[in-house]
Amino acid sequence: MKKLIVSSAPHIHCGETVQGIMLDVLVALAPATLAGVYFFGLKALMLYTVCIAVCVVTEWLYQRICGFKITIKDLSAIVTGLLLAMVLPPQTPWWVAAIGGFVSIFVAKQVFGGIGYNIFNPALVGRAFLLASWPVYLTSWSEPAKLMSGNWFSLTDAVSTATPLTLAKNGEYTTKLADLFFGNVGGCVGETSAIALLLGAAYLFYRGHISWHIPLPYVGTVALLTWVMGENGVFTGHPLFHVLAGGLILGAFFMATDMVTSPVTGRGKVIFGIGAGILVVLIRKFGGYPEGVCYSILLMNAAVPLIDRLCIARRFGEVRA
Amino acid sequence: MSLRSFPGGIHPDDMKHLSRNRKIEPVPMPEKLIIPMSQHIGAPAKCIVKKGDRVRRGQKIGEAEGFVSVPVHASASGEVTAVGEAMHPFGKMLMSVTIKPDESGDTVEGWGVERPWEELSRDELKTLVREAGIVGLGGATFPTHVKLSPPPDKHINTLVINAAECEPYLTSDYRLMMEKTHELLSGIRILKKILDVEECRIGIESNKKDCFEILEKEIQAQGLAGITPILLEVKYPQGAEIQLIYALTGREVPSGKLPMDAGVVVQNAGTAIAVSEAVERNIPLTERVVTVTGSTVGTPGNYLVPFGTPLKHLLDVARADLEKTGKIIFGGPMMGMAQAFLDVPVIKGTSGVLLQALDETIKDSTYSSCLRCGKCVEICPMWLMPTRFGSLSRTGRFQECEEAGLFDCKECGSCTFVCPSHIPLTHFIKLAKFRVLEEKRRQKS
Ligand code: SF4
Ligand code: SF4
Repeated sequence: MKKLIVSSAPHIHCGETVQGIMLDVLVALAPATLAGVYFFGLKALMLYTVCIAVCVVTEWLYQRICGFKITIKDLSAIVTGLLLAMVLPPQTPWWVAAIGGFVSIFVAKQVFGGIGYNIFNPALVGRAFLLASWPVYLTSWSEPAKLMSGNWFSLTDAVSTATPLTLAKNGEYTTKLADLFFGNVGGCVGETSAIALLLGAAYLFYRGHISWHIPLPYVGTVALLTWVMGENGVFTGHPLFHVLAGGLILGAFFMATDMVTSPVTGRGKVIFGIGAGILVVLIRKFGGYPEGVCYSILLMNAAVPLIDRLCIARRFGEVRA
Repeated sequence: MSLRSFPGGIHPDDMKHLSRNRKIEPVPMPEKLIIPMSQHIGAPAKCIVKKGDRVRRGQKIGEAEGFVSVPVHASASGEVTAVGEAMHPFGKMLMSVTIKPDESGDTVEGWGVERPWEELSRDELKTLVREAGIVGLGGATFPTHVKLSPPPDKHINTLVINAAECEPYLTSDYRLMMEKTHELLSGIRILKKILDVEECRIGIESNKKDCFEILEKEIQAQGLAGITPILLEVKYPQGAEIQLIYALTGREVPSGKLPMDAGVVVQNAGTAIAVSEAVERNIPLTERVVTVTGSTVGTPGNYLVPFGTPLKHLLDVARADLEKTGKIIFGGPMMGMAQAFLDVPVIKGTSGVLLQALDETIKDSTYSSCLRCGKCVEICPMWLMPTRFGSLSRTGRFQECEEAGLFDCKECGSCTFVCPSHIPLTHFIKLAKFRVLEEKRRQKS
């Protein structure tokens, strides 16, 4: 007999791993990823490829150079790359996307100490950086291309358009809700199809990786506030439009729920969701940009340490004065 | 029927099918018994025999030292061949008596003689429990008579019987309750009398529904009042005292306090049966039912094992394949202790012996950084923040751990079980507790 293994209890584990969770996130993002290709053609595919490749290579190089443990096998860099591509406009040039990927992994993740230590959602930091540096590329939009048409295959040609939110900023709520729901509108690569995103979110719920604590208050707050703060007085707004247009569904279910950059307690998550919801509406209504999901989440990310400190739950049997 | 439960907790595979239908089976007497004087929490018993003495089964070989202590009895007739330190399941060398059993099977005078107990006073009953060497048999091994002696200012009104057996794999309590239903109920009546309480609730996880039904039937047949079996959700740690009390009575034991502060005394089902044997038949605690199970055990089952039986003997009886075994655990997989040596003896707290094959054993001690996924926070049955303990303890900030409720942690292991980063949170918590206590001792002296 070999030597018996002696270690401290417990002696069993549920079997979950970081890699397993990330794989589930990738599975959950698959429908929206495909929807992006369906609506925007090979441009979308190129953005996915560039972002993921740059993210993975940046992580590997950084850890290699610093002599750290290589963690690309945990798949988190792939998730970041994919999410970044999903929040870029379809005709973003490849080199812009590549810089975004580098910033996401290098600045937002590795400099902070790698997975688990980053304060801000890496993909959103990448996007925010690009928006500040190349605003023109990040705010020109193209129409969905007809499947297999010339525009669909082309990596550069596109028919430019305004996003539903840009129109709404000017008071035009003309976009059909069905188009918003299925994703047949202008917007970022992976954010337009609500149904595809919700399908994936349902899977993450089922697998226990996300809970209602962030998405529900987030989306709920946006719906409520946009309904109350209507253009023609109280309760004349377009809540459904504001929920489905732009990046709210993607943000609420896949970005705000990022484990590393959201609060750990249930109560904290609810506060996070409500806060992000308020910020989205404030930005959409009064800010300079038509969309506010990215900044709302980044701002709430910064508040997480504070929220966590305020939301230490009552311990079982604890008697509070 | 809705099942009672507590907030938090985890759902490991219960794995009880391996041994649940195996009737309790006595093991043949081993060639030697190594009986430690310390098989309970509290002061070790003081050895009162010497090398060369002949002892009879049930004879006292260790006398209780102080109130929080119990005597130890010979588990077989035979000759004392050694008195001295021997390897103990706690991983240290501790004072033990080695007995070479003989064929005679002599028992101590009065062994097995029936005793009508209804006339005995509460104190007399308590003394019988203590003299029989009874401790909590769920694994905690706290002397039972101490739990039965609440200070006069604590008003106890409920006896809770822990029949949850929430640790995966273990079936010893289940078998005992199925085969000794009658003794269980007598034991409960004795305990009720000692505590002077009207009400007893028996908590049983719903994977033992057959046992629940048998108990209900028997209680009805005997016309017993104030004993209620209650089905609980199958969830770990349903059988932890605090969670069990909450599930059965809705009461929260205040942080840092004992169940008696919530008016409750908890006893394990096996302990109640031992009480019945000690009081009604004058048989001291010299053996227990041990579930021997796991993938490398040829005949998993529930074995009746005399205390002091070397692990190796028990494993031979259960036809264990030691070549393929990677880890041997005394107790269940969540809270049990891994053993390094095969000559350690079975003691009062050994509820099970679990063998894990090499490929099932958690060998990889590397872990990645905390994802802040919140899973440990979500499931901690004490509503703590295990992730915080992990990071504080790892960086040596033990004081802050204490402020965050370190000593509320029951070391149930659930947080480590769920952590996707495989951080040994429970281990870090134990380390922090050890360091905080060490620091306190240092400051005192
Ligand atoms: S071991 Fe302690 S901290 Fe971890 S889940 Fe159990 S009670 Fe909570
Ligand atoms: S379960 Fe592990 S990874 Fe998740 S928050 Fe707790 S310690 Fe961190």
